[in-house]
Amino acid sequence: MKPVIGLEVHVELKTKSKMFCGCSADYFGKKPNTHTCPVCLGLPGALPVPNKTAIEWCVMLGMALDCNIPLFSKFDRKNYFYPDLAKGYQISQYDEPFCLKGSIKLGSGKTIRITRVHMEEDTGKLIHENVNGQGITLIDFNRSGVPLVEIVTEPDFDNTKDVLDYLKKLQQIARYLDISNADMEKGDMRLEPNISLRSNTTNTTNNTNQQITNKLPNYKVEVKNINSFRFVEKAIAFEIKRQTEIIEKKGIPVQETRGWDENKQKTVTQRVKEEASDYRYFPEPDIPPIRWNDKKLLMIKKQIPELPDTKKRRFQKQYNISQYDAEILTREKTLADFYETCVNDGQKANLTAKQVSNYIINKKIDIESTLPAEIIKNIKALTIYLRIDESEIKKIVERVLNENKNAVGDYRNGKVSAVQYLIGKVLMVSKEKLEVSRVKKILEEKLND
Amino acid sequence: MNYSAYTIQGARASLKKKHFSSTHLVKACIDEIKEKENLNAFITVCEKEALKKATEADKKIKDGVDLPLLGIPISVKDIYLTKGIRTTAASKILDDFIPQYSATVVKKLEDVGAIIIGKTNCDAWAHGSSGENSDYGPTESPFLEGYVPGGSSSGSAVSVAAQMCFASMGSDTGGSIRLPASFCEIVGLKPTYGRVSRYGIIAMASSLDSIGHFTNTIEESALMLSITAGKDPNDATTPDETVDDYQSYLKKDIKGIRIGIPKEYFAQGLDKRIKEKIEAEIKSLEKQGAKIENISLPNTEYAIACYYIIQPAEVSSNLGRYDGIRYGSARQNFGEEAKRRIMLGTYVLSSGYYDAYYKKAMQIRTLIKKDFDEVFKKVDVVITPVSPTLPWKIGEKSSDPLSMYLSDVYTVTANLAGIPGISVPIGLIQSLPVGLQILGPHFSEGKLFQVGKAILGV
Repeated sequence: MKPVIGLEVHVELKTKSKMFCGCSADYFGKKPNTHTCPVCLGLPGALPVPNKTAIEWCVMLGMALDCNIPLFSKFDRKNYFYPDLAKGYQISQYDEPFCLKGSIKLGSGKTIRITRVHMEEDTGKLIHENVNGQGITLIDFNRSGVPLVEIVTEPDFDNTKDVLDYLKKLQQIARYLDISNADMEKGDMRLEPNISLRSNTTNTTNNTNQQITNKLPNYKVEVKNINSFRFVEKAIAFEIKRQTEIIEKKGIPVQETRGWDENKQKTVTQRVKEEASDYRYFPEPDIPPIRWNDKKLLMIKKQIPELPDTKKRRFQKQYNISQYDAEILTREKTLADFYETCVNDGQKANLTAKQVSNYIINKKIDIESTLPAEIIKNIKALTIYLRIDESEIKKIVERVLNENKNAVGDYRNGKVSAVQYLIGKVLMVSKEKLEVSRVKKILEEKLND
Repeated sequence: MNYSAYTIQGARASLKKKHFSSTHLVKACIDEIKEKENLNAFITVCEKEALKKATEADKKIKDGVDLPLLGIPISVKDIYLTKGIRTTAASKILDDFIPQYSATVVKKLEDVGAIIIGKTNCDAWAHGSSGENSDYGPTESPFLEGYVPGGSSSGSAVSVAAQMCFASMGSDTGGSIRLPASFCEIVGLKPTYGRVSRYGIIAMASSLDSIGHFTNTIEESALMLSITAGKDPNDATTPDETVDDYQSYLKKDIKGIRIGIPKEYFAQGLDKRIKEKIEAEIKSLEKQGAKIENISLPNTEYAIACYYIIQPAEVSSNLGRYDGIRYGSARQNFGEEAKRRIMLGTYVLSSGYYDAYYKKAMQIRTLIKKDFDEVFKKVDVVITPVSPTLPWKIGEKSSDPLSMYLSDVYTVTANLAGIPGISVPIGLIQSLPVGLQILGPHFSEGKLFQVGKAILGV
């Protein structure tokens, strides 16, 4: 049996204000119900005014994911009752989202199709407390109305490795665009895999998407609101095992919504028969439809920085570094930018881009606390060591070994730390600055002879 | 003190000349309200607050401050949020709701010195055409005992007609200003959709709700609109469109103005006496130089059906927040009409029915808009009746919601098309008032005042 997996990911945007009001969207760790107003509390008479920046960022993300941006789009109301939903409906997008039909190419070479990218608002947060021995539920509306972008894929995954690769890429793109911190621990990214199994009789080696969609299983299990990559991995693995067991017993897994229970290390039923829910979507009358023109879209497109994959390819080519190194250097935009600054500065000091990348990667440089100028200085110093002839060092080493027979004896008797003492001696004797690791290597060679 | 002869502008002049004080005005209004308590025009009278504001206004007047509504008592429909003052929407669901903020319009009025004298009665949640659906009891016509004043802005209309204040803010989703204005022999304006901010006004059907007002004269109506109209950063449906100089239209005559008479509005179902009265007015306009043209708005017959799908759909969503969790009152406390609309709306939006009802209704809505677009290429304004019948007796239609819905047959089209409409009084039939409706293209309120003035005279 082959897993069929699709993903819905919610990414919280880091705009200053909320999606439909002027309240601060920076709610994490703030005192409950302090970032609220009539709009995000859903008070009578309050009206939503859409956040232009949030909409542009949603479109920008869609563009970065190679989506089509329809010239006409609108918001819709998704009606349902839940205590954390102040208005009795969530403002979302139904049939005309901002972005349609994109894709992400994975490291494995596989392309994951993105169905849509749309904009919506977050809900309040329920806090279940025990007060005076009584279980009560409190509501914090600080999160209510924080802009959320939902990215939905086609059911194109068949293994967890690809799922994780996709999620990391999505997270990386969101961070490159600087539209979200995409911090899992703070709930900036919430993951909802849907999983089902297809029998082996289907020709799964045929990779054309058309054929896959034609033979989708007739049920789907959704696991809601997972806030960690690790849990997604575990939840998918658990579901595959659970569903396999059911199917092997000639059963069909129930179409349902489940949740991941980290304590029990399993998924648990939340809601059965998802198809029965009816959100009674209709166009949001309080917000006029959004009409784009080529000029406006071009302006958004211009704000998109070079994206990780492109940057990686360029680094490899332009700086003549390995794919592995390029991958590490482009993982975060700040590191990539830092690297390029160093390369630039290094050029003036006759350093190659490769020397710079080697140094940054091997020394695991903390770019927060290091200036590019320091990097160049350090590499420069290193290259001076390199110019000292190996035979020159060997001469000094031999001299030191002869003058410190006791230490040599200690080392050979198993007191490995004696080498440190010898290194110190070599450095003292030498007139030039020597690189410790190089001295150590030569010393050890001699000692182990 | 009898101030019924004064318009807002007249009262302002007298206030400035210290002929009387704002405190006098407020007290006189409160006296009227108390004397005619049986009309049940108010849910909350803000006597204390209003008198305090009047004292402040008098001080400002003394200091030479000059604002268009300084010291003038006005009332607002009880769906307008007023900070610190109970706002019920005439529903027991919100019986003890004290808003934390005021509607944009309330702020705008207070900014130019208006004194809110009270919150007027209306059909609960603005659902109705007669005022009888209020959880606080029906409002009665000031003209004939036992008759309805029209709704849903029933108390607002009565408060102006019965001299309890100078003007009143209402709301018009399908005719809720124009109908009561016509039943109460006053001027009622439903501006273009989005011309006046909806922020802070309890939503009925958001794509149809228009924020307008009642006054005794056209001049006052123009003055009120010049204060309330304009873009509101808190309402995304208010456009940038500049606010016209409405006063300038009042100086113009109507020579050469092209007036369309749509045949669909004068067909079967219209009271013959009303028809004759309107035709007489049209003749008089023709005499004043207007060009009368017979026109057709062919999709008019579908308007009520279309309206009673879109409106309940939005109502069902807008009332969702009163789910018993936040406002302390259980859902079963909704009145009959609200329940009826919640159920209708939920039904037409349900999957499997959406295409057959809501979507179709939206398509018809587009056709109705197009009808008007076409017509306004040929004429400047359109004249129609406001109501097909004269005001009815309280209780007469309560058991028949369909016939009640049909009383909006001539008014809902303007809401569906988003165009402005004004109801102007054209006299009485058997002691019961009759109104005439003028409709115009989007943002043509100035033209409506111009023609309205020609009908009412000076």
